[in-house]
Amino acid sequence: MESGALFVAKISITSSMAVLYATIGEIFAERSGVLNLGVEGMMLMGALSGFATVHATHSLWLGVGVAMAIGGVFALIHGFFAITLKVNQVVSGLALTLFGIGLSDFLGRPLIGKVSVKFEPVSLYPLYKIPVLGDVFFSHSLLVYPAYLLVPAAYLFLYRTRYGLELRSVGENPSAADTVGIAVARLRYCYTFLGGVLAGLGGAYLSLAYTPGWKEQMTGGQGWIAIALVIFAMWDPLRAAGGAILFGFINAFQFYCQAAGITVVPGYILRMLPYLFTIGVLVIITRWEAARKRVGAPSALGIAFEREE
Amino acid sequence: MRVVLKRRLKPLAWPRHFLTPVSVFMALMLGALLFFWVGANPLRAYVEIFKGAFGSFYNFSEVLVRGTPLILCGLSVGLAGKMLIWNIGAEGQLVMGGICGAGVALFLSSHIPTFMMIPTMLVAGFLGGALWGFIPGFLRAKLQVNEIITSLMLNYVAIFWLEHLYFGPWRDPAGRGFPGTAMFPEVAWFPRFFGTRVHLGLLVGLGAALVVWFVLAYTRWGFEIKVVGANLRAAQYARIDILRNILWVMVISGGLAGLAGICETAGIHYRLQQGLASGNGYVGIIVAWLGKLRPASIVVISILLGALMVGGDQVQITMHVPSAISLALEGAILFFVLGGQIFQDYELRIQSEAG
Amino acid sequence: MSGSDLPRTPAVLMKGIVKRFPGVTANRGVDFRILKGEIHSLLGENGAGKTTLMNVLSGFYQPDEGEMFVNGQKVSFRSPRDALDHGIGMIHQHFQLVRNFTVAENIILGVPGPWTLNMDNVEKSVDEISNRYGLAIDSRAHIWELSVGEQQRVEILRMLFRKVNILIMDEPTSVLAPQEIESLFETMRKIKNEGRSVVFITHKLEEVLEISDYITVLRRGKVMSTVRPEKVRERDGTVSTELARMMVGREVILEVGKQPMKTNRVLLKVDNVSVMGDRGELAVKGISFTVRKGEIFAILGVAGNGQRELVEAIVCLRQKQGGQILLAEKDISACLDSIAYIPEDRTGLGSVPDMPLMENVALTNRARFSKGPLVNWKAVREKALGLIQEYNIAAPSLEMKARQLSGGNLQKLILAREFTQDPLLLVAEQPTRGLDIGATEEVWQSLLRQREKGAILLVSGDMKEVLSLADNILVMFRGQAMDIISGEDEKGIERIGPLMAGLR
Repeated sequence: MESGALFVAKISITSSMAVLYATIGEIFAERSGVLNLGVEGMMLMGALSGFATVHATHSLWLGVGVAMAIGGVFALIHGFFAITLKVNQVVSGLALTLFGIGLSDFLGRPLIGKVSVKFEPVSLYPLYKIPVLGDVFFSHSLLVYPAYLLVPAAYLFLYRTRYGLELRSVGENPSAADTVGIAVARLRYCYTFLGGVLAGLGGAYLSLAYTPGWKEQMTGGQGWIAIALVIFAMWDPLRAAGGAILFGFINAFQFYCQAAGITVVPGYILRMLPYLFTIGVLVIITRWEAARKRVGAPSALGIAFEREE
Repeated sequence: MRVVLKRRLKPLAWPRHFLTPVSVFMALMLGALLFFWVGANPLRAYVEIFKGAFGSFYNFSEVLVRGTPLILCGLSVGLAGKMLIWNIGAEGQLVMGGICGAGVALFLSSHIPTFMMIPTMLVAGFLGGALWGFIPGFLRAKLQVNEIITSLMLNYVAIFWLEHLYFGPWRDPAGRGFPGTAMFPEVAWFPRFFGTRVHLGLLVGLGAALVVWFVLAYTRWGFEIKVVGANLRAAQYARIDILRNILWVMVISGGLAGLAGICETAGIHYRLQQGLASGNGYVGIIVAWLGKLRPASIVVISILLGALMVGGDQVQITMHVPSAISLALEGAILFFVLGGQIFQDYELRIQSEAG
Repeated sequence: MSGSDLPRTPAVLMKGIVKRFPGVTANRGVDFRILKGEIHSLLGENGAGKTTLMNVLSGFYQPDEGEMFVNGQKVSFRSPRDALDHGIGMIHQHFQLVRNFTVAENIILGVPGPWTLNMDNVEKSVDEISNRYGLAIDSRAHIWELSVGEQQRVEILRMLFRKVNILIMDEPTSVLAPQEIESLFETMRKIKNEGRSVVFITHKLEEVLEISDYITVLRRGKVMSTVRPEKVRERDGTVSTELARMMVGREVILEVGKQPMKTNRVLLKVDNVSVMGDRGELAVKGISFTVRKGEIFAILGVAGNGQRELVEAIVCLRQKQGGQILLAEKDISACLDSIAYIPEDRTGLGSVPDMPLMENVALTNRARFSKGPLVNWKAVREKALGLIQEYNIAAPSLEMKARQLSGGNLQKLILAREFTQDPLLLVAEQPTRGLDIGATEEVWQSLLRQREKGAILLVSGDMKEVLSLADNILVMFRGQAMDIISGEDEKGIERIGPLMAGLR
C-alpha cells in the first residue's frame, strides 16, 4: 500500500504539469481581459511542433523553444482577432482550437508512431534525498521543475509588481487604464502571447516528457480542463497549482486502479473521471463563490476595448 | 503611422456580397500553402477536392450524406448561439442521441409496431441529446456554471460511455472483436433514396431547419430568445424569464444534435460503432457561425462544408494527403470570414504620425 | 487671483480646434486658453462641445484641425499619457477607477517607477497628500466601498499625486450634494493658490459665478464669449440673463402649464420597504409613501442614494427585504401588467440597440400583440407607425436599428411604447437626462398628459424637472426618506437643498 500511495503521489505531479502550464498561461491572458478558448489548439500545435523539431534535430531544448514560439504565434492569431478586430472572443477562440486540431492532425500524420529522444527523469540533487517528499517532488524530468518556480513567480508578478497591477487593471477596467496612460491593446497582446507560450510549453511537456511521441488530439481535452481550472482557481496562480494537482491526482488514481487490476469499475467509466471531476469542481466553486458574493472574473473579461469616440 | 478601426454608424452594404467569397479564397490560399508544405500540388489537390465532391451524381449524393449531420449540429449550436449560450457539446449530444436511438433499435424492436419504429427512434435520439443538453443548461440556469466548459466536458463523458457500451455490455457477440454493436433489425434502418446513401436524415435536417426558422421569425418564444441574445438586461427589463429560456434552448439544442446522432447510426452505420463521434458536433460550431446563426444559411453552409469533407477524403485516397486538411481549412475559413466581417462594421483609418 | 487682464503666456492655448464625429461636428474652430493659477469655467448646454474640447486637450481625442500649445510650445497628444506627461489631467463625469482595486492602487496605477511595488509606501504618500488638501479618504479602502463623492476625491488625489498643472473636471458637481460642492470648491481654490489651473466644466450658472476667474461659453461647438464673472453678475448677485442667452441662444422658460392635482384615491402604497444593494448592503432603509391617482410623485436625490434600488423593487426587478408595496390594494407583484417603467439606461435596459425599431416596440408589448405562441408582426408594424407619427419621432423606417436613433428620439419611442400599455402606474427614471431642450419639453408634456390617466412616479436628480412636474416630492438620502414636501409649499422647497445633503 505504501508504494501505491507513492505511485499515485508521483503520477499526480507528472500528470498535472501540462495543465498547470496552460492554466497559468490562460490566467495571464484572462487577467488582461482576453478570453482565449484556443488553449487546446495551442497545446496541440506546441506538442506537434516540439516533437517534430526534436525528431528532426534531436535537440530537446530546441524543441521546447519551438513549441513555445508556435504556441505564442497561435495565441497572436487570436489576439489579432480579439484585440484589433474586436471579433467575439468565444467564436475566435473556438475557431483557433478547431484550426489547431485540424492543422496538427494534418501536419502530424507522418510523425504518428515515430520515436525520438525524450526528457528522462533527473533527480534534483540534493533535494531528492528528502524522505518521501524528495521522491514525490524532485525525481522528475527537467520540464517539471520550472513549474515550481513559475507558480510563485506568477503570483508575485500579479500582486507585487507595477506590471502586475497594470495587467490586472487592463482586465478590470481598460478604459480607466487607458485614462492613466496604460497601452491597453499592447498589454493585452503581450499577455495573450505569454498565455500561448505557456500553452505551447504544456504541449511540449506532453509530447516530449509525459507521453513522448505524437498522436492526433493527444491533449485529450487538457486545454479545456485548463480553462476550467482558471475558473476553479479564481484567476489566482497559487490556487491554479492546487487545482492542477487535484486534476493530476484524479488521473493518477485512475491509472492506479487500472495498473492494480481493480475492475469493479470498468475502464471506460474510470476514464470519464477527470472530466466529471472538472464539472463537479466547477459547480462547487461557482456555488461557493456566489454564496460569498465574490466575483473572481476580471470585470472586462472577453470584452473588446474601444476608446469611446 | 498607425492603423485605427472605427465603428461605422451603419454597416456598409456593398461588401456583403463579395466579402465571403474573398475570405474563402484567402483561406484556400492558406490551404494551398499547407498542401505545398506536405509536398502536394495545391492546384491538383483543389481540383481533386472539387471532383471528389461534385464529379459525379454519386459523389454529390455523398456530399448530402456528409452535410446531413452538419445541418442538425449547426442548428443545434446556432439556436443556442442566438441567445448567446455557447453549446460546445453538440458532439456529446450527438453521441447520446445515437446511443438512445440505438437502444430502441437493438432492444425494443420486437415490442414496437413496424410503422412506429423509426419515429420512436427519432424521439429517443432527440431525448438522448436533449438530456445531454439539459445538464449544462440546468447548471447554467440554476447555478450560473459556465456552460462552455460543462457542455464540452460532457462530450468526453459521452464518448467514453459509447466506447464502454460497444466494447462492453452492448458488444456484438458474433462480431469477433469488431468494435460495435450487432446490426439493427431492418425495420430500424432509415430509408435511403435514389440508390445512394442519402437517407431520411436529410429530410429530418431540412425539416428541423424549417421549424427553427419559423420559431425564430414568428413566435413569441423565438422573439424572446433573440432579445436575450441581443441585450440580456433589456430582456430582464421586458420580464422575459431568462432562466427558463436557457433551459429550454439547451434542451432543444441538445435534441437537435441528438437527432444528428440517431440519423447517423440508423441512416449510415445501422449499428453503434466507432466513428460516430467524428467531430460533426465541432464542425457544427463552424457551420453555425459561418451561417451567421440563420437556419437557411446553416443548411447551405452545411452542404458546402460537406463537399469540402468529401473532397478531403478524396485527396487522401488519390494523393495520400491527410483528410484532416478539411478541418484545418474550415477553421481557417471561419477566421477569414470573421475578419472580413469587420470591414462591414468598421472603418479602417490610417493615422499619420502627428507633429 | 489672476491679478490683471494683461496678457501672459498662457499655460494652455488651443487654436481653431475642429473635431468631427460621424453625423456631428462637436467643435467648430474653438479657441481656448488657460492661464496659470486660474479657475476657468467652461459653460454650455448638453451637447455644446465642452467635454469634447477637453477630451482633445487631455489626449483622448485627436482633433481633426487646429493646434495646441502648452507653455508656448506646440504639442500634439496621441493618447492621455502624452497629455499627462505635459501635466494635463482630466476627471471624467464617469469616473475612471478600477472598482476592485484599493484607493492607493488606483492612484499609483500608471505612474512610472521601479518594477516592484511597495503598497505600504504608496499608501503613506497618498495619506500625506490627502491630509495636505483636506481630502479625507482611507487609502486602503476598495473603490466599491466608497460613495460617489469619495470616489471623486480619489480621482482628484490621483491627479495631485501625478502633480498635474492643469486639472480638468467634467461636471464634477452633478454628483454632489450642496454641502459637498462647497468642499470641492475649497479644494479647487487650494489647487489654484499653488499656481496650478483648474478647468471646470458645467452647465450651472450659479456655480460658475461663485468659483471662476474666467468663463468661456460654448454653444453648438463654438465659443460665444470669454468673460470675467464680474461682467455677468447683476447687482443683486444673480446671473445676468445675458449669460443664459449666450448659452442657449434664446430665452428659455419651460412653461409646462400644470393643472393642480385633484384629490383622488390612493393608487400606490409603499410601506416600510427595505431593499438590498448589489453588494449586500442595505440600500433602502424602510421607506413609506403613497401616490394617488392623477399625481406625479417625485423621488429626488443625488444619484446613488438608493433611488435605483427602490425603483427596481417597485417594478419587481429586485427583491425587497421587508415591507409591503401595494398597487390598487393588491400586492404589486400581482399587477405587473398595470405598471410601465421607463428606465434611466435607455440603451442598456430600455431598448435593444441592435434590433429594429419594430421589434423594440414589441419588447414590452409582446403579449398584447400575440395570438397564442405567435407574434402578430403586422399589428406591431401598424402600432409602431402610429406611435412614430403621434410622438413626432424622427425615424425614416421601422427596419432601422434602435442604435441609429438619437437619444431624444429613442427616449420618445420608449415613452410612447410604455404609454400604449395604459398603465395604472408609470415609473419614469431620469426621463430627460441628456436630452436637448426641445425634446425635454415634449417629454414633460407627455408625462403631464399621462398624469390624467393614472399615477406617475418620477425619479430624478434634476431639481428643475422635479419642481416643474411634481405634486409631491420625497427627498432621499442614504436610503432614507428625509421628508415629503408638497410641490406647492414654497417654504418647504427651500429646504430641499439641505435635505438632499442629509441635513434636516
